[in-house]
Amino acid sequence: MDVNFQFDWQAAFASLPHLVAGIPYTLLISFGGLAIGFFIGIFFGLLRISPVAWLRWPAIVYIEIFRGTPVLVQVLFIFYGLPQLLGGPINALVAGIAAIAVNSGAYISEIVRGGVQSIERGQREAGLSLGLSRVQTFRDIIWPQAFRRMIPSLGNQGIISIKDTSLFSVIGVGELVRQGQIYIATTFTALEVYLMVALLYLAITLSLSIALRMLERKGLVGQ
Amino acid sequence: MKHPLKTLFLLSCFGMGLGFAGIANAQEETLDVVTDPSFVPFEMMDQDSGEMVGFDMDIINEVAERAGFEVNLRTMDFNGIIPAVQTGNVDIAIAGITITDERAEIVDFSDPYYDSGLRLLVGADDDSIETVEDLEGKTVATKIGSTSYDYLQENLGDSAEITPYPGSSDMYMALLGGSADAVFYDAPNVGYFSQTQGEGRARTVGPLYEGQQYGIVLVKDSEWVEPVNEALASMKEDGTYDEIHTKWFGSSSEE
Repeated sequence: MDVNFQFDWQAAFASLPHLVAGIPYTLLISFGGLAIGFFIGIFFGLLRISPVAWLRWPAIVYIEIFRGTPVLVQVLFIFYGLPQLLGGPINALVAGIAAIAVNSGAYISEIVRGGVQSIERGQREAGLSLGLSRVQTFRDIIWPQAFRRMIPSLGNQGIISIKDTSLFSVIGVGELVRQGQIYIATTFTALEVYLMVALLYLAITLSLSIALRMLERKGLVGQ
Repeated sequence: MKHPLKTLFLLSCFGMGLGFAGIANAQEETLDVVTDPSFVPFEMMDQDSGEMVGFDMDIINEVAERAGFEVNLRTMDFNGIIPAVQTGNVDIAIAGITITDERAEIVDFSDPYYDSGLRLLVGADDDSIETVEDLEGKTVATKIGSTSYDYLQENLGDSAEITPYPGSSDMYMALLGGSADAVFYDAPNVGYFSQTQGEGRARTVGPLYEGQQYGIVLVKDSEWVEPVNEALASMKEDGTYDEIHTKWFGSSSEE
């Protein structure tokens, strides 16, 4: 390939040590937020399929609000807006984790709902007719099957949330993008540095994809 | 059967562990200090060490030592800095921040520590712009939330295309890349740029606009205002301030 522009490989590699300093923050915010979001998602996902209306509606409201507003607006609201309501400051890292948690939680709620609803009714009837209680039936028969079906979608959401953390440079978290911006501010090597930033995100998301693929394979055997 | 859940949980823990490992422990009397990622020569990243350096950094480190607190430094786009101090999410900001009445209503300022103003920067071969009045019908880059942006709005309004950018490097890249005809911004910053990365490609023109003073920003009614002011005063008295000034601007302050 014969490209006719100056790509400075040296500048690209020189930026790596500075960029790598942002990775812990990116991982902490995304995985911390996703871990909490996963439990939020199970909670609201199960409420969402409850036959009881007053249990179902709060879940619907929560899901629609956090699925229907941009994650950037959510984090700005949490970091700059909430302190005025709470009357106390919020740490930027906590604000970032909270934003990913409530945002991914809304999506994961829907993933949980879809997964559980995809299991044939016969499974529940079989469990009940074996004399298991409704809780046992759900926990031991429905949930394991449903969860296996959720894994691809959960992985997808994980990758989306990792990428969403790139927006949090605006609240002063020193994550990958912020590290890149600071570096470019003194070197003006936007092309090289942003390419490196992109490659680092790819490295993180690809590792997650591979880990999930192994998880799926594991889940399909020995059940 | 429960493997998938466990593995996912372990994965999350692993990620969080990695994250925590990379973040230093806080100590007592550590104040969250926030600065701009690039406001040469006040704050910029040293490419060799990866640390933030500059006039402001030397000032705040010296102030911290004399006032008795540890600095936990973060960077934030300029337009987010004062709101972050206003909410109390950070304790102190130093980023070449001009003391204005509007800002003083929501945050506290230290005594002024630097005399500044605003100046125009144009392309090296551009003879068509000498003053702010010449900007009519042209595109001018500045920074979101800055005093230069307010000045342009007041004096030019809709007669020019005023483009506010989040970061300094963004405005300069807009000028060098041709998407802006001029940059209007803090004088020491455009002056430094025209002598460093912008040398031969951009030059400052026209007079100094709006005599301004920079102050250190603290949370409203912060207990640290007094110690910070005392530290600044003692630095000016024993010559430390002049030393730092000479280091970054090549001359001592004419005070």
